[in-house]
Amino acid sequence: MNPDLRRERASASFNPELLTHILDGSPENTQRRREIENLILKDPDFQHEDMNFLSRSQRYEVAVRKSATMVKKMRDFDIADPDEIMWFKKLHMINFVEPVGLNYSMFITTLLNQGTTAQQEKWLQRSQELQIIGTYAQTEMGHGTHLRGLETTATYDPETQEFILNSPTVTSIKWWPGGLGKTSNYAIVLAQLITKGKCYGLHAFITPLREIGTHKPFPGITVGDIGPKFGYDEMDNGYLKLDNYRIPRENMLMKYAQVKPDGTYVKPVSNKLTYGTMVFVRSFLVGEAARSLSKACTIAIRYSAVRHQSEIKPGEPEPQILDFQTQQYKLFPLLATAYAFRFVGEYIKETYHRINEEIGQGDLSELPELHALTAGLKAFTSWTTNAAIEACRMACGGHGYSHCSGLPNLYVNFTPTCTFEGENTVMMLQTARFLMKSYDQVHSGKLVCGMVSYLNDLPSQRIQPQQVAVWPAVVDISSPESLTEAYKLRAARLVEIAAKNLQTEVIHRKSKEVAWNLTSVDLVRASEAHCHYVVVKLFSEKLLKIQEKSIQAVLRSLCLLYSLYGISQHAGDFLQGSIMTESQVIQVNQRIKELLTVIRPDAIALVDAFDFKDVSLGSVLGRYDGNVYENLFEWAKKSPLNKTEVHESYYKHLKPLQSKL
Amino acid sequence: MQRQASMGSPLHRVSLGDPWSRHMHPDIASERCTPSFNVERLTNILDGGIEKTALRRHVENIISGDPEFSLKNIYFLSQNEHFEAAIRKKVHLQKLAWKLGWPEDGEEFKYAYRAVSGELALNIHTIFKKSIRSLGSEEQIAKWTPLCERFQITATYAQTELGHGTYLQGLETEATYDAATQEFVLHSPTITATKWWPGDLGRAATHALVQAQLICSGVRQGMHAFIVPIRSLQDHSPLPGVTVGDIGPKMDFEQTDNGFLQLDHVRVPRENMLSRFAQVLPDGTYIKLGTAQSNYLSMVVARVELIGGEINFLLKKACVIATRYSVIRRQSRLRPSDPEAKILDYQTQQQKLFVPLAWAYAFHFLANELLDFLNSSHDDILNRDFSLLPELHALSAGMKAMGSDFCAQGTEICRRACGGHGYSKLSGLPSLVTKVTGSCTYEGENTVLYLQVARFLVKSYQQVQGAPGSTLHSALARSVAYLAEPGLARCPAQKAADFLQPELYTKAWAHVATRLIKSSMHRLQTLMQSGADWQEAWNQTTVVHVQAAKAHCFYVTVRTFTGALENLEQEPEIWRALKCLCDLHALHGILTHSGDFLHDGFLSGAQIEEVRTAYLDLLLLIRKDAILLTDAFDFTDHCLNSALGCYDGNVYERLFHWAQKSPTNTQKQIFFSFFYPLA
Repeated sequence: MNPDLRRERASASFNPELLTHILDGSPENTQRRREIENLILKDPDFQHEDMNFLSRSQRYEVAVRKSATMVKKMRDFDIADPDEIMWFKKLHMINFVEPVGLNYSMFITTLLNQGTTAQQEKWLQRSQELQIIGTYAQTEMGHGTHLRGLETTATYDPETQEFILNSPTVTSIKWWPGGLGKTSNYAIVLAQLITKGKCYGLHAFITPLREIGTHKPFPGITVGDIGPKFGYDEMDNGYLKLDNYRIPRENMLMKYAQVKPDGTYVKPVSNKLTYGTMVFVRSFLVGEAARSLSKACTIAIRYSAVRHQSEIKPGEPEPQILDFQTQQYKLFPLLATAYAFRFVGEYIKETYHRINEEIGQGDLSELPELHALTAGLKAFTSWTTNAAIEACRMACGGHGYSHCSGLPNLYVNFTPTCTFEGENTVMMLQTARFLMKSYDQVHSGKLVCGMVSYLNDLPSQRIQPQQVAVWPAVVDISSPESLTEAYKLRAARLVEIAAKNLQTEVIHRKSKEVAWNLTSVDLVRASEAHCHYVVVKLFSEKLLKIQEKSIQAVLRSLCLLYSLYGISQHAGDFLQGSIMTESQVIQVNQRIKELLTVIRPDAIALVDAFDFKDVSLGSVLGRYDGNVYENLFEWAKKSPLNKTEVHESYYKHLKPLQSKL
Repeated sequence: MQRQASMGSPLHRVSLGDPWSRHMHPDIASERCTPSFNVERLTNILDGGIEKTALRRHVENIISGDPEFSLKNIYFLSQNEHFEAAIRKKVHLQKLAWKLGWPEDGEEFKYAYRAVSGELALNIHTIFKKSIRSLGSEEQIAKWTPLCERFQITATYAQTELGHGTYLQGLETEATYDAATQEFVLHSPTITATKWWPGDLGRAATHALVQAQLICSGVRQGMHAFIVPIRSLQDHSPLPGVTVGDIGPKMDFEQTDNGFLQLDHVRVPRENMLSRFAQVLPDGTYIKLGTAQSNYLSMVVARVELIGGEINFLLKKACVIATRYSVIRRQSRLRPSDPEAKILDYQTQQQKLFVPLAWAYAFHFLANELLDFLNSSHDDILNRDFSLLPELHALSAGMKAMGSDFCAQGTEICRRACGGHGYSKLSGLPSLVTKVTGSCTYEGENTVLYLQVARFLVKSYQQVQGAPGSTLHSALARSVAYLAEPGLARCPAQKAADFLQPELYTKAWAHVATRLIKSSMHRLQTLMQSGADWQEAWNQTTVVHVQAAKAHCFYVTVRTFTGALENLEQEPEIWRALKCLCDLHALHGILTHSGDFLHDGFLSGAQIEEVRTAYLDLLLLIRKDAILLTDAFDFTDHCLNSALGCYDGNVYERLFHWAQKSPTNTQKQIFFSFFYPLA
């Protein structure tokens, strides 16, 4: 092991193993996760060439092969619990990009949620056994987040009792669904249902795409891969064009809405339930943001302990770059953020399961808030993580730019989270809508509950942006609870400002939508402040639940750093709202620098506690043993350009140029 | 031909030759039908004159008309294919240049580079040549320049090592003088001493300009540059003692074979040490002819050219693509009765796109000013007058850092503003992002550069203070002259409109920069008074010094932009359009750093709200000019190479047809072997 890392590990103030147990939920979970990971690591089928040296087609091929064997292996190893499946998939697929993934996450899920018993009987088993490989085709080339804008049509023909599927324009071609291009032979297609000359909006249709056995597309189906992307090389995101393509009436998912053989449309009872899947996916994404950020921090912080550069004092050996204040200032707030998001992800997952049970009992009262919260937090955590991974990459200097660092892959595979499953700005505006509704409720005399309950205090506080010293400056910058209060005041203030600006615009403009648009920058700001408050609150509450003193101490430092760093970055909001004074902001900045020094000796232990296997980091710089340079050199030798000592382009192009003269 | 080109016909821009080019999408046509200023005139201004526009278009027409330069397959290539394609294009371009008689280092090459979107290999070859000119003696220049120009040799510049980057003194490669044979022995003593990253080094270069620690008669004399042959000029195989190769796949720049190089006691003649600023006599006597700073000159040149010639182009292109796509893409409704709205009509989209657009213009004018400054001082420095070098060095370092920071952020914002399609390589945006983001760490890591600026600011501030030890009463460098000017304690603005006065916001930025510089100095001095030595005190204050340096750099961009506007007063329409961008840049900066302005009460909370009002109003003003302001950059469709960003706005047809050409759609099925046996 690299001596620097050995020294770092020996001098930590706590045992990282105990922190790993907390992150996993329990020591038993940690143990079970490691058992599963070891099954994969020992498996000869798991070995393959470094993806970085493969072409896109080759990467897809490896991923398809692994997807195929994975199903069988999970069966063999008897892995069925959802958490265990996740552990398995994440290490097995490494990038977690799985060409048949949508068969399970979307096709089967939708079939279960929206299909009748007869429909489930017909398709479920075959898709579980991968005879049917399904995907979920919603987005179109010209239409994304705004569902009502989708153009694909399903016109009912009572003569033959069939639906005729059509892509009437170029913009209506289905575009982006994962696994659609090459892998899937079935898709659930979302289309505007037309029967008896009337359009009834979007409905889901089970659509066979390719012939089972030959895998050839059926007549009327034009399907293919949408080409190279920023990341997700292993995924065949696809396009689908439908030309008068007929499917039987029974292929419309009819648990809720129905079309009778004569073409009569029967309305669904409630549509709120479809929120459920979205909430689930978005809450899952918050956890994914935390994981990706944890990985990036692990790589950058380990490398920073191994890399030596420049001098702090002349004559002394070059210090570890982790000893530079600027490097600590880049990385430790991100490490604190990674922990914060971990705990947020955990909270949302628990809340989702709790509320899901309530929904099962017919209680939908908490769903709107959960929906608003997950939308905002998905956007907040993915934006932050997106920037943070890049910051970690840049903190590794030039080597961060090489694929050997693993950071470019991490970034390009994470960044779509900002645009998929609801574009982030749109998500923030959904949260804002909920905040505005809650604000109005408070002003009409009703109390609101949950995370927005702070709005109840607003009418008595009479916040005015210009007024100085409305709140007594009593923020204690060493107390997580007090800092949570400060964030709460900031959120309250920005929600109020957005609400008032919205009201002003509504008075001046003819349409509510125009007023909304002209306030949207303020609205997004309010949502961000709300989410920031939620994260700070959840982090500080988590501290109370931790028994072990040494762990609590180090997490407390991280929690303070997270909260104070946010104040420093948004000092204007805290000063302008008179939540803090100038001298407090100076103290905040000073305290941040002290905390960097406090965290420094524990930095390596804090990333070790995430307990990522080297293969799952996919990084030469982030290796557990710290032997970076030797392995970097070995890695580079495998570059495709190095296959021959003299590259063929020399004979083809350079030599003729030289001999020209 | 010339005439038509200078008229700025859309034909020039629409050059992909596909069936859609003949139809202008009505949603983009409507943006251009009543222009508020003359776009062609602005293009001329950006190019630096009407003749330059004509010459650029002339070169671009040659490039886009030649199938050898086609970029259509670029996104489908493997690393190997990409590298070969770039070599092929470079060689083809070189032959073309000889045929057409383009002058070496002429504008034509610059325009050609732009037209092929930088998809050329052997770019460091030119840096080698320039370094010889900066650091070499007259004899060395006379010997090596023609060899480079005729491609008798292909050369690179090898500085960074596996274990060492920005910190030059830390480099380990050694050049030990052997007086007996009058040779230098170049050697990589450890694995971390392996040269790592130089472009063209892995496979293409025959020679490298190697930076190494010079050791004469047992004494270390610091870094010097040596010309080292690394591959045979007969068969291109590596020479004895040389281990060389490609460093493997990267985030981008696959057209370049960034390489590694290990030297095992490789001998080069004494004449191969570049000797403009230092010499080793045959007996091993070392003679220094310049200050240590002279070595920095080639870096300064590289950074200055980087800002305008590379980094900002990438941001400009991203702005063009994202803005055009945003008038074609429609989503949701602004009023229930309306059709779906262009996404550019959403305030949040405007905020995302117009701020980067303002940056693109800010850095355009900044790069021009820096280039002028460099050109006016370059000769002095070559003649060993170093008085302007500290400022030039600080400016180029700071602007490279800020330029790459902002351009990287802006490009990524543009990419994400295109939603899902921005994730497709066919949008052109991912490769812009991966190229521009590399610039944050190459040619000097940005934090290190900001700290170099900070050191310059500390020295300048000491000059203002008249602190002992500083050069008394010497004139302050122009870019920091504001430090000595009397400022206001409070901003006098009363209403939103007051914040649209360039003088007012320039002063506001000067105020904040001065305060942060003062405060970081104060902190440094306090620590030293409490017993810390200078180095320790410096490390403990680097975060505040970086903050001060960033504020200073921001001030410089604002001052330069307002200065450029002053020169445009005889063009009132263009002035009006650009002034909105300048205002937006300055005010956006104030809002994102509002804490710094509120901190000492320079701005009040109420004034910040006025700034916000002014800022949001600007978005609407810029909205009507947005397409025109991006058209003015005058990129050809060929070099944008984007399904989303073509001049004619036919986004979806191009995307569909281009995707179908992906190799994943033309290659055999790899599917059966895995799944059907399983079922």
